[in-house]
Amino acid sequence: MDSVKKIYLDEKSLGRLGELKKVFPDRQSVALPVLHVIYDQLGYLDMKAIEEAAGYMEIPKVYFEEAASFYTMFPLKPVGKYLIQVCHNISCTLMGAEELVEYLTQKLGIKVGQTTGDKLFTLVYVECLGACGGAPMMQINDKYYEHLTREKVDKILADLRKQV
Amino acid sequence: MNFEPFLLAPIKDHDKIDVYQKHGGYTALRKALKEMSPEQVVTEVVNSGLRGRGGAGFPTGRKWQFLAKGTGKPIYLCVNADESEPGTFKDRELMLLHPHSVIEGTIITSYAIGCHHAFIYIRGEFAQETRQLERAISEANEKGYLGENILGSGFDLKITIYRGGGAYICGEETALMTSLEGGKGYPRVKPPFPAVAGLYGSPTIINNVETLSNVPHIVNKGAEWFKSIGTAKSTGSKIFCVSGHVNKPGNYELPMGVSLRELLYEHAGGIRNDANLKAVIPGGSSVPILPADKIDVNMDFESLAEAGSMLGSAGVIVLDDNTCIVHAAMVISRFYRHESCGQCTPCRQGTTWMYRVLERIEHGKGKPEDLDLLLDICDNIEGNTICPLGDAAVPSVRTSIKQFRDEYEYHIKNKKCLVTLGKRFE
Repeated sequence: MDSVKKIYLDEKSLGRLGELKKVFPDRQSVALPVLHVIYDQLGYLDMKAIEEAAGYMEIPKVYFEEAASFYTMFPLKPVGKYLIQVCHNISCTLMGAEELVEYLTQKLGIKVGQTTGDKLFTLVYVECLGACGGAPMMQINDKYYEHLTREKVDKILADLRKQV
Repeated sequence: MNFEPFLLAPIKDHDKIDVYQKHGGYTALRKALKEMSPEQVVTEVVNSGLRGRGGAGFPTGRKWQFLAKGTGKPIYLCVNADESEPGTFKDRELMLLHPHSVIEGTIITSYAIGCHHAFIYIRGEFAQETRQLERAISEANEKGYLGENILGSGFDLKITIYRGGGAYICGEETALMTSLEGGKGYPRVKPPFPAVAGLYGSPTIINNVETLSNVPHIVNKGAEWFKSIGTAKSTGSKIFCVSGHVNKPGNYELPMGVSLRELLYEHAGGIRNDANLKAVIPGGSSVPILPADKIDVNMDFESLAEAGSMLGSAGVIVLDDNTCIVHAAMVISRFYRHESCGQCTPCRQGTTWMYRVLERIEHGKGKPEDLDLLLDICDNIEGNTICPLGDAAVPSVRTSIKQFRDEYEYHIKNKKCLVTLGKRFE
């Protein structure tokens, strides 16, 4: 396995990959779990990292590439430190998702799909996140923020900036 | 009738195993393993009349009885926690606040069907919910409720959590299995049904989170108790997810058959900002729309079907009269266009066309013939695809045109909404 050099994946990720080898009756089942490992470490799916993981798992990389192209929760390019995903499905739209996004674009000075110059925030639309009772809502990295108002958005963004 | 919620029991720290046990948690597992044969558990669930809570409403016990016997292959249970039907957010609350009910239901069901490796397929975005389930599994392991020789019964079980990747289609049971096997989430043609050839080609049962959370209660309190709640054909309670223009959006666990009017006005606090009701989508965005004058309907599988809609996943989406129906239909159809897996042409092309036509009407570029075109697309998607996603894209568009045709026509003629849109984001 000389071709597989540890370049992209850290020890923690490689440890998780090692664990995954033992879990499933059919080893091809690791496709999505492996993508999650890479996403958790890098914040997006890097094709070189996929190649490295595929070599480590001894599974053709095409399985992972195919999955990466199908499953939309993983960005395929680097995003800001905070990935803001605003739900614009029916319940959230009824409760003001479009106005929420407009407010976010004003506050961040970017359009939907863009990343701020300081690489801190990326803003995207997503479909239903299963938190319709908390509409309008958004997900930032792996956390849900619900019942959003202008005031709450101000505080959330300020708190995230403070954490940097 | 004095009904106490049992799935969403208001118990503080119910996600901790000690608190869960203090309130009767894992006594059903003990009872099933020590006093009942697997067949007796199946019979009890059959007799309870429990029907699948994911949307289809298939009788749970009968599904279990369809399992192919004597194949020599392992039997698998897949817990469907890929909650993504727009308007639905009940399984999330169960996993966050009552994860041990889900795990106990999974263990008892595995025992009943002879499964030794169960999978929980959870939508990828549910990170916190995943952590709650992981913690519950580890606590259950420590107490000897999982692993080898559970409670000295000789029954072994391990549970693996599998995180999805943001694809609605994977909530469809055959797509869920394809995804779990490592592929793109493409649905499969049935037959063969999963109970005969499912995950890894083995006999497989797929049950929803809420469905399984009912199982410990049925084992503990019996089929007769369960049947005493709800209606004759829709037994038990149901978690209704109310979202949209109500004062108190949220999950309400009530007996099956509660009236939609009572749900909206007594439980969910009525329509917000003193607006009037325009319409309700009672079972997630995939079901026909009910106009405001049709809300004297009972929320159970049969009554909603008679009223021309469906209970579905009980995601009750409420639209006030400051809502533009064209806009709402466009938003809903955008979702199906985004989520179509692309396998079947009528769905892949049809959902895209539908969205494009609705988008042009919404943006003042509609043509008078567009309404018949939309209805024609609906007819050509419906029934022509492998899985129900295409069918699910149709009802909102078709019923919105049938019930609010004047609004569509106004939009096309005047290039703007008939209604004045309400202020939404404060």
